Amino acid sequence: MKNKFLLFVSLPVFLAASLSFAQNTSLQKVSFLPHWVPQAQFAGYYVAYEKGIYRKYGLDVTIVPGGPDVQVERMLKEGTVDFASMWLASAIKENEGTPKLVNIAQVTPKSALMLIAKKSSGIKTPQDINNKKVGLWEGIFKIQPLAFFKKYNLEVKIVPQSYSINLFLRDGVDVASVMWYNEYHAILNAGYESDELNTFFYSDYGLNLPEDGVYVLKDFFEKNPQLCRAFVKASLEGWLYAFKHPEEAVDIILKYMKAAHIPANRDHQNWMLARMKDLMMDERSGEPAWRLSESDYGAVTNLLKESGLVTSVSDYKDFYKDCL
Amino acid sequence: MKKYTSIAFKLTFYILLSCSVLFLGIFWYNYLFSKKIITQKIEDDAKHLTYATVNAIDSVLLRIEKIPKGVASFLENDPFDKDEILHMIYGAVRDNPEIYSMTVAFEPYAFDKDLLYFAPYCSRKKEKLELEYQGSASYRYFNLDWYQIPKELEVPVWSEPYFDEILMATYSVPFYTNVDGARKLTGVVSVDVSLRWLQEIISSLRIEKSGYGFLVSKNGVFVTHPQNDLIMDESIFSKADEADDKDLRVIGTNMVRGKTGLVSRTSLFGSKNSWLSYAPLSSSGWSLGIVFPQSELLFDINRLSRMVLVLGILGFIFLFAILFFIAISITRPIKILAATTRDIGKGKLDFDLSAIKSRDEVGMLAESFVYMRDSLKKYIRELTETTAASERMQSELQIAHDIQQGIIPKTFPPFPDRPEADLYAILEPAKEVGGDFYDFFFIDDERLCFVIGDVSGKGVPAAIFMAVTKTMIKAMVKKEDKPEEILSRLNKEVVQNNDSSMFVTIFCGILNIKTAEVSYSNAGHMFPLLVHSGGKVELLEGDTGIAVGASKEAEYKNSRMRLGPQDILLMYTDGITEAFNKNQELFGSARLRETISAASQKPIKDMVIEISCKVAEFCDGVPQSDDITLLALKYFGNERRREEPSVEKRIILKSKSFEMQKFKETVRAFTKACRVCDKATNEILLVLEEALVNIQAYAYADQNEHEIEVCLFATETEFTARLIDDGRPFDPSRMPEPDINATLKERKVGGLGIYFVNKFMDKIEHERKGDKNILTLKKRL
Repeated sequence: MKNKFLLFVSLPVFLAASLSFAQNTSLQKVSFLPHWVPQAQFAGYYVAYEKGIYRKYGLDVTIVPGGPDVQVERMLKEGTVDFASMWLASAIKENEGTPKLVNIAQVTPKSALMLIAKKSSGIKTPQDINNKKVGLWEGIFKIQPLAFFKKYNLEVKIVPQSYSINLFLRDGVDVASVMWYNEYHAILNAGYESDELNTFFYSDYGLNLPEDGVYVLKDFFEKNPQLCRAFVKASLEGWLYAFKHPEEAVDIILKYMKAAHIPANRDHQNWMLARMKDLMMDERSGEPAWRLSESDYGAVTNLLKESGLVTSVSDYKDFYKDCL
Repeated sequence: MKKYTSIAFKLTFYILLSCSVLFLGIFWYNYLFSKKIITQKIEDDAKHLTYATVNAIDSVLLRIEKIPKGVASFLENDPFDKDEILHMIYGAVRDNPEIYSMTVAFEPYAFDKDLLYFAPYCSRKKEKLELEYQGSASYRYFNLDWYQIPKELEVPVWSEPYFDEILMATYSVPFYTNVDGARKLTGVVSVDVSLRWLQEIISSLRIEKSGYGFLVSKNGVFVTHPQNDLIMDESIFSKADEADDKDLRVIGTNMVRGKTGLVSRTSLFGSKNSWLSYAPLSSSGWSLGIVFPQSELLFDINRLSRMVLVLGILGFIFLFAILFFIAISITRPIKILAATTRDIGKGKLDFDLSAIKSRDEVGMLAESFVYMRDSLKKYIRELTETTAASERMQSELQIAHDIQQGIIPKTFPPFPDRPEADLYAILEPAKEVGGDFYDFFFIDDERLCFVIGDVSGKGVPAAIFMAVTKTMIKAMVKKEDKPEEILSRLNKEVVQNNDSSMFVTIFCGILNIKTAEVSYSNAGHMFPLLVHSGGKVELLEGDTGIAVGASKEAEYKNSRMRLGPQDILLMYTDGITEAFNKNQELFGSARLRETISAASQKPIKDMVIEISCKVAEFCDGVPQSDDITLLALKYFGNERRREEPSVEKRIILKSKSFEMQKFKETVRAFTKACRVCDKATNEILLVLEEALVNIQAYAYADQNEHEIEVCLFATETEFTARLIDDGRPFDPSRMPEPDINATLKERKVGGLGIYFVNKFMDKIEHERKGDKNILTLKKRL
């Protein structure tokens, strides 16, 4: 009797232990670095982690916190992280010389970078920007604006812009750089109505640069193609889940943001997630494509070369690896 | 029974209704007005509190502003000295506990052409004040808000609040120097200020239970709020968007744009109706909002109103009870009195009103009722006694009437074995008993004495006198007496014992039936009328003495005359001639003569009856005022013819107007004259009336006037009435007998008449002759 009881109890316990052990050993540990602080811009990855999607694909993912002080390219190159997200233009610039990075997924095909002005400033058309103070972010964020000014023959006073919108709000600059999914809404949340603002989307002016993408080291990809595919597929599934369950996705994001002491509110994250969805959807298929087309790659590299940011670029085939 | 609404109900209902309306009106007005007053006061208090708080905060912030402004000003005017600068910074932080840290940051190479960054910085992060140098590759302050914004705006600015270990804000003042004649930005002096004291000021604002204060930055971000999770994360706009509250967005916009206001709205936090009072800080442009919960602030007045309402309702219940009680105290006695009145109507006078004890008007009424009852009882008792006495009297009078009638000769014909003469007489007293009399008797074989008299006055005294007188006459007549001797002797007797001063007019006569000679004397009476067989009527003549009993010295003369065969002596009293009708006309002797003349051919019974009926007809319902007496004496001599009195009376009536009363009087006179008893007379009258009404109701198809002929016959044994009308054929004997057990309503009109006719008449015959109905009714006497 006693023996039977022991057997009865111990059996399921043993099974569970072995199962988890088996699971544990079958998961591959990888790390992922988003190129900014936790926010809905990276919702899909956090959701994939929280909902066990990565685990389903056999991945034990650690999401490393990013931020203004974190240099994504360096960490990827040094192998501190396995996967990282960054802008296409950044990656192309990084690959100047000896290409080290490969793009395994082009997350947002549409650029979210834009210029914004208060209607009260009277700036309505690109021409109105002439001789005005324009706030610009450094680095790759300058590519589109400079091309824009060149295109419209504008003389502007460039003011280096920090990560806050306060300079713009206080009328320290006439025009500011904002991301459609982030700073634009922050301005709304500071008391401005959308009809009080005039916007200039670069993608409307023929200056669309695909932005977020997932990158790995070339060697890493060649050594672990399956892993890369798994990561891309799982991440995409995470994003799809997030779009389908936006409230739950925002809950997850807010949890991470609060843990990182980042000012966060639901309203802003709701907006961000919704805009990410808009940006991610392929116009033709109505679904995220997550592929980099050769033509897009060509257009981008051409623009970068014209701007003088890069001189040489790698081939499309070497640069992009389809992992879907 | 009419439907009655109780007074208690009416009183209570209408008074309470009016009171309710009034009370509610006053209450509502009071509530609204009080609420308005209090609301106004609350709004004023709200504004004051907001201003006071704003001023408290501003006073601190403005004081803080002076420090970097002072340093900046110094730097603008005096050359830079590193030690001085460090000294200033250190001193400022040390001496001002609100200042957390301070720095003077220079433009690139502005302090030292070799130094890109120069930003000495003193903070109290650690316990001891520390001086450091900010500015490095990892801290490029040129692009940071606290530096960049004042630089670009060229004015001192307060930064947005931020978290750096604690909640802080930075106040930055740009300073300039003249370089080559142009004013150039040299650097920015800035102080970092802990906002904990600000949080404490605002969180210490307590308004009732759930009121609170909050502060938003220029961007609308919550700097302090009772809900900690909002601080620095949410802005008033993000909250407004989350709740899809457009009004809140507008309020937020007003607040961040430095407006002042007071609005009433449903608070996002707690969904209560609240006032929000907001005003800007003049120093940093942040905005203070204070939420005043309406329900709590109005709690007292609402509670008061509720209490008043409850008291009002209680008062109403009380009022209702009182009203009802009072109303009942009035209506209950009234109901008792109403029931009692019905009892009185039914004749029950033994009611008890002791249940009514109220000492008010109703009590007075009850008292009056009791008084009335007692009076009624007394009155009824007296009336009963009087009526009993009266009835006793009446029955005695009736007996007296019978006795009186018994005294005078009533049998006709009186002397069947003496064919030479015949008499017929009637005597109708005005009341039960009267003073008229007549008498006739044979003194001896050949001589017939006859008298007629009229005592002065009416009623019992006259009747007694009449009885005495009549009896005396017969008693004292001797064989050889002459009429005047009779009267004389009578007078002496009567005068002697005449205390009551009554007198009597008498006509006395003696007929010798062998010689037809009449010897007569008159004591104040009317002379008889002599009716010849041809119809001529003449008045007997002679001297008349004074009425008997009037004077001791009365003298009476004798007169003589001779009767022819068939002559009639008609004696009467003045009741005949002085009978009057409605128009005060007298029947008169002329009419009497006419009547007599018209009936001269008839037997004396017919004549007497005819006269009696004619008088009744003439009087037309006016009650008989004096006794009526008629005595007829007919002399036949040897030529006695058998006369069959055909006692008959014919009356014509108009169908539209019977003149029923007159008709009835005529019939009554006829039946009385025919010596029909009263009971039978009444029955005959009832029957005749019913029959006539029937004819009037059913016989005629048109609206014209028709004649109805009524013929009355009476023999010793039988009374016959014949009604002749020219209406539709109708046979009352064919009508069904009515159901005498049915109620009055169920019986048809006239049906009962048939019943009476059948009951009281012994024979009913109906005949249709030509276009006439002949209804014959016979009654056995």
